[in-house]
Order: sequence, then C-alpha cells, then structure tokens
Amino acid sequence: MNFDLSDDAKTLKDAARRFLDARAGPSVARKTMDAGTTHDAALWSEIVEQGWPAARVPEVHGGLGLGTDEACVLAEEIGRSLAPVPLLSTMAAIEAILLAGTETQQAQWLPMLASGEALGCVAWAEGDAKSPTAMPGLNLAGGTLTGTKSPVPDGLVATMAIVTIATPDGPAMAIAALERVAREKVDTLDLVRPSARLSFANTPAESLGTAAHWLRLTEQLAVISAWEALGTADAARDMTVAYAKDRVAFGQRIGRYQGVKHKLADMYIKAELARAHALHGCWAWSVATRPGETGASTPELAQAAAAARVASLDALKFTAEEAVQLHGGIGFTWEHDAQFYYRRNRAIAASIGSRAHWQDRLVRALEQRNRAAA
Amino acid sequence: MDFNDTPAEAEFRATVKDWIADNAGEYLAPPAKPWGLEDFVIRSKGWQATKHAAGYVGLTWPKAVGGQGLTPMHQIIFNQEESRTYVPSGLYSIGLGMCIPTVFTHGSPEVAARYVPKALRGDEVWCQLFSEPVAGSDLASIRTKAVKEGNEWVINGQKVWTSFAHKSDFGIVVCRTDFDAPKHKGLTMFIVDMKAPGVEVRGIRQMSGGSDFNEVFFTDVRVNDSHRLGAVGDGWKVSLTTLMHERLAVGGKPRHAPGYRTLMDVASGIETDTGPAMERADVRQRIADTYIADEGIKLTQMRALSALSKGAIPGPEQSISKVVVAKTMQDMASFALDLAETQGFAVEPGSDLEKLQSSYMWSAGLRIAGGTDEILRNIIAERVLGLPGDLRPDKDTPFSQLKPL
Repeated sequence: MNFDLSDDAKTLKDAARRFLDARAGPSVARKTMDAGTTHDAALWSEIVEQGWPAARVPEVHGGLGLGTDEACVLAEEIGRSLAPVPLLSTMAAIEAILLAGTETQQAQWLPMLASGEALGCVAWAEGDAKSPTAMPGLNLAGGTLTGTKSPVPDGLVATMAIVTIATPDGPAMAIAALERVAREKVDTLDLVRPSARLSFANTPAESLGTAAHWLRLTEQLAVISAWEALGTADAARDMTVAYAKDRVAFGQRIGRYQGVKHKLADMYIKAELARAHALHGCWAWSVATRPGETGASTPELAQAAAAARVASLDALKFTAEEAVQLHGGIGFTWEHDAQFYYRRNRAIAASIGSRAHWQDRLVRALEQRNRAAA
Repeated sequence: MDFNDTPAEAEFRATVKDWIADNAGEYLAPPAKPWGLEDFVIRSKGWQATKHAAGYVGLTWPKAVGGQGLTPMHQIIFNQEESRTYVPSGLYSIGLGMCIPTVFTHGSPEVAARYVPKALRGDEVWCQLFSEPVAGSDLASIRTKAVKEGNEWVINGQKVWTSFAHKSDFGIVVCRTDFDAPKHKGLTMFIVDMKAPGVEVRGIRQMSGGSDFNEVFFTDVRVNDSHRLGAVGDGWKVSLTTLMHERLAVGGKPRHAPGYRTLMDVASGIETDTGPAMERADVRQRIADTYIADEGIKLTQMRALSALSKGAIPGPEQSISKVVVAKTMQDMASFALDLAETQGFAVEPGSDLEKLQSSYMWSAGLRIAGGTDEILRNIIAERVLGLPGDLRPDKDTPFSQLKPL
C-alpha cells in the first residue's frame, strides 16, 4: 500500500514552502490588497522562473510533464501562503486544454501558458445562483461569444479564458483570447485575489472538447481546490495555535482552556479528514489521467473529488471562523490577518460549486456505484 | 500512489490466504446460530491453538519471547485475511494486545517464561484491571491498595469496566502502594491470579442492556513480590506501555457497525410526507457527511498502513480515529431513526433500523471507552498541536492529603 504523495511531490512541496514562506504570506497579501493591484507581478515572475505553471504541461509543449501529485502540492502551498498570483487559474486553464484540447489547441496554448507568456482563467459563473453544472447563458455561435461572465477570479490579469457555453449535451467549454474583451473589476469578499466581469461581444472563440470534458474538469478543479483549502486552513490553524500559546487571560495561557483547545483539536480533526479525502482525490485523478483514458469522468474520480471538496470546505469554514473567534477582538480588526483566511474561505467556497452542490454529487456518485455493483 | 501490496506483502498474503482456506474449516461460513459464551470461549481457545501451532500468533513480538519477529504489516495482513472469515475473535485481544506486552517488557525473565508461552497458545486468558469507580479519565487517582507483608503484597479495592474478567485466568492490576507520594508516583503494577481467594467478579449491565464488562472486587488478595511488573512506584510508567497498545487496538469503526451504506439502505426504503427520503436534500447531505467521516477514517488508516509498509512510523493523524467514529455512529443513527418517525422508535428484531437502534445505544459507550471524546481532544491539542496541558492542582500533592478544590 502506498497511499501517500510521491517523493518527488514531497520535495517540490518542501521547496515551494521554503520559497513562499520567504516571499509570500499574509503581509504580502496585505500589500496587494492595499495597492489594489491585480496580483504581485514580481512574485509571479519568480514563480514562473521556478517553472510552476509548466508543472503539468508535457515536455513536448515546453513543460515539465509532472504528475497530479505535484499539482496538488502547489495548490496546497499557494493556499497556505495566500500568494497573490494567478497560478491556480492558469493551472486550471492548462488542465482544461490537457483534457479536451486538440493537438493544434495544445500546441497553440500550452507553451505560452507554461512559459508565463499567457495567463489563464476559468469563466463559468454568470452572476446568478447557478452551479457549474447548470446550463450557461452563453453559447458559441459562428465561432464567436457574446455575453458576460462574472465573477471570474484572476480575470483582470488573464490573457486567455476557458469559457463555459451551452450545448445540446450540457455545459461545455470554449477557449478565447481576452485581448479585445472588455473587463472590469467586480467587488467580491476576497480582497487579495480580485475577480473580473468579462464582457464578450462577438469575441472569436473555439470549442474545446465536449460536455463530458467540462464535467470532468469540474472534478479536477474540486480536487485542486481541496488542496488549496487544506493549505489555507492549516495556515489559519497554525496562526491560532501560536496565539493560544501566547495570549494570557485569567492568569493562564488561553490554550490551557478546554473551550479553546478543543476547538483547535477540532480544526485538526477536520483538516486530517479532509487531507485523507484530498489524497484520495489526487489518486483518483492520477488514475483517470493514465494513457488510454478518454478524458471523461470515472466513477472513482466523481466520488473522490466530491468528497475531497466537501471535506475540505468543512475544514476551512470551521477553521477560518473559529480562528477569528479564538483571537477575540483583535481578530476582528482590519489590521489583523485573520480576515484573509475568513475571506479566502468564501472565495474557495464559491470557486467551483458550493458544499451543498458537491454533497449532492457525492451521493449521486455513490448511487451510481451502487447501481453498477448491483 | 496505489493501494496495492508490495511483492513481499502479496506473497505473505497469499500464504496466509492458503493457510486460512485449509484451516478455518466451518468458520469460512457464518455460524448457523449465535454461540453462547461458553461455546465462544471453547471455540476461541481452539482457533488460537491452531494459529499458534502454525506460527501466526505474536507476529510482531521478538523471537526471544516466542513471537515471530515480523513487521506490523505482517500482523495487519494476517488480521485482514482472518477478518474475512467468521472465526471467533475478541477473547485474546486485551491479553495479547495489551497485557502480555506489558508482562514481557516489565516482568522478570522467570515470570515471562511462566506466562507468555501459555498466553500465546491461548491456554490462559488475560484481563486488564485499571479503571475504578472514582478513576476513569483520571486513571492516576486509583485507590485500590497494595500493602507489602513479607514477600507478598495484599490487595484491597475495586476495579470496574473489566472485559472478560469472568473468563480470565490472570490480570494485570495497577494499585496504590504509597499514599504519601503524589498520585502518579505511588502506583505499582502486579500480575494477579483471577482465581485466587478474595477475587470476586460481578457483571455490569450496560444501559444498552448487554453485559460485556465486569466489576472486580479484591479482598485481602495475596500476590507474591515476584509478580510485580516494574519497580515499586513505577506503576504509572508501566501502565503507559499498556495504554499505548490500547490506543492502537481501540481505533477505527467496530467491524460490523452500520455506516453510510446502511443509511442509504434505510433511506431508500422510506417514503416521507414530502416524497422518497432519498430525494430529500437533508438526507442526501447527511449521507455525504457520514461518508466523509467513515471513509475519511478508513483512508486515514490507509495512510498509516502506507507508512508501516515503508517501515516508517504512522503520523499523529491516527489520533483522530475514535473521536470521529463514535460520534458519527451516534449522529447517523439518531438521524436515521428520526427519518423513520415512529418506526424508528419501535424495535423490530433483524431490521436495518434495529441495527441503527443498537448502534445508537452502543455509540454512547464508545464515546467514553478507551479515552473519552474530551480526553482525546486534550491529547490532540496537547501532544499534536503542542498546547499547554490542563492545570492539575493535585499533581504534586501527596495523595493522602488531596482535597477537592
């Protein structure tokens, strides 16, 4: 049994942790928030130099050809450090093209995304209460897109977008360059990773794969978001544990009180349940990525990805909320870092379908497997 | 990443599978009717002797004490294959899982030579005598007293929650030998003959109705000093050896306990006022949450197995197991019983709902046994997260002078 990240992924994780500990973290997030910029451009060019956007891109397209384990640890470390860079959005666009792109589309986009020349984003939301698997309003007509997508995380800085469109088979994807697309900032709860409203008007676009590919991509994004959430939750917990060891009330460190320490223990319990499911999601994704797979979903991935998403949202929500609570009044101030985790918690919860959406998908996956077994 | 055996593990598993197929006999199928207790003990002894003769007992123990000197993975693989059958299980889990490792770690060579081989073969059954009516979570507050008289110790007091005490030949008992020392410093561990004069075992009836544990009363029970485990006053340290093994033994979900699949089965059969239960959002959400907990613990155990398979030590995440499992059982059961309205209240033997009713009753005990939810959260907070320990105002005071605050 080898239910663990690969040694290579662990090495990458350690390197990413060291780099981001020095170069990112809440203070860097605060600078980006205060400056009102789209991202930290200097940090992003260093990350591109490290080759992280190229991680999953095959060598033939100028990438490193790494596995799903490596993608997951990068997401975890970005989540932990709150690094204000469009890495996860770019990685999501890369995964879409890897899954569903033709040879030509892969050759056109992957080298640019790997080298940082192009920045990606995924534009599925349309500002309403629909989930990522509901039929979008946009469609691809005569090779062009018209209509708006909002909010799109990293949409202000991206140069290309994976855009969901309506097709007779369900929601599917198109790929569009964003040079001539009007975009404006959308105010969201996350002040560090800004989102955009993209207004397409007869924008040239190409169809990318089928409806099955979009469904599959949502599962991969669920896994990636689970790792991001884990990293964010761990950072919020570490900050709170440190505070509980230091803060004194009624003549004791507050970490001695069971009312405090049991909440911290619950943060750990939820995080470790989430980590087990996130690993399972990573495994199911890697199996579904092996040569000969079609790029559609697999029963294992549908189940494991949904569970990873639900468990990680549970952990992050609880941890972000109780982190503010256990800091007391100081944690509720603008100047304190607790708000970054509290806000990012909402960003991740909204990124690719809510907890309730994925709970339902998990039970559907279990029902399907039961029917298959019967 | 994979869930496969290494080649060496696969080879061992194949050997074990073949041996079980050749030796488990009638236990390859479920019993026609439940065994009574006497029958269970006889069958347990028979199966233990069969395993012992083939060298499948004490797999991880040193060869010097009669073990096989193999790795934890060998034991786990054997357990996995054995648990596919219906062999009698449980009679030896406390003795071989906790007591005997304490005996061969802390007892004299003569004592180990007398007791370990017979325990391995299953000729003698062991129990663990730790908890008392006034000392549960706070085990170091025990009051059972051992007083030295010549070369013997005279034991008086009461233990509680002792599994299989009435079927045991020997037990390990922790006693207070110095009332003037602080609570952790005045304890000593002994081996006690459960058939000795002055030992009285009485069954406890749990609130669930079953009777799986005992109280044990000691009245002037005499133990030779050669049966002391560890030095006088070292009983706390010795008991930690035992409890370390208990934590390993108690984790995980009980083998046949209902899980998210049971909840799906029950919900599939229920038509509520607002339509089929399986179509209700609250039901689907509860199934998802139960799956997250059940499978999360299973996957966490696989992380531990992966570490063991590489010869590494499992991480601290194993400590979440029981605290998640017990409360999940309770919550899932009460949700399902609610869903069934009054049908979940009336008892119908053999039904899925009855399984959930008994799981509801039993989970209340599981949340206490082997470390309460509260103690386990303390352990996670203090040992994993490094938070300061609870204040213990009684820690340094002589036991005889302790007064409640």
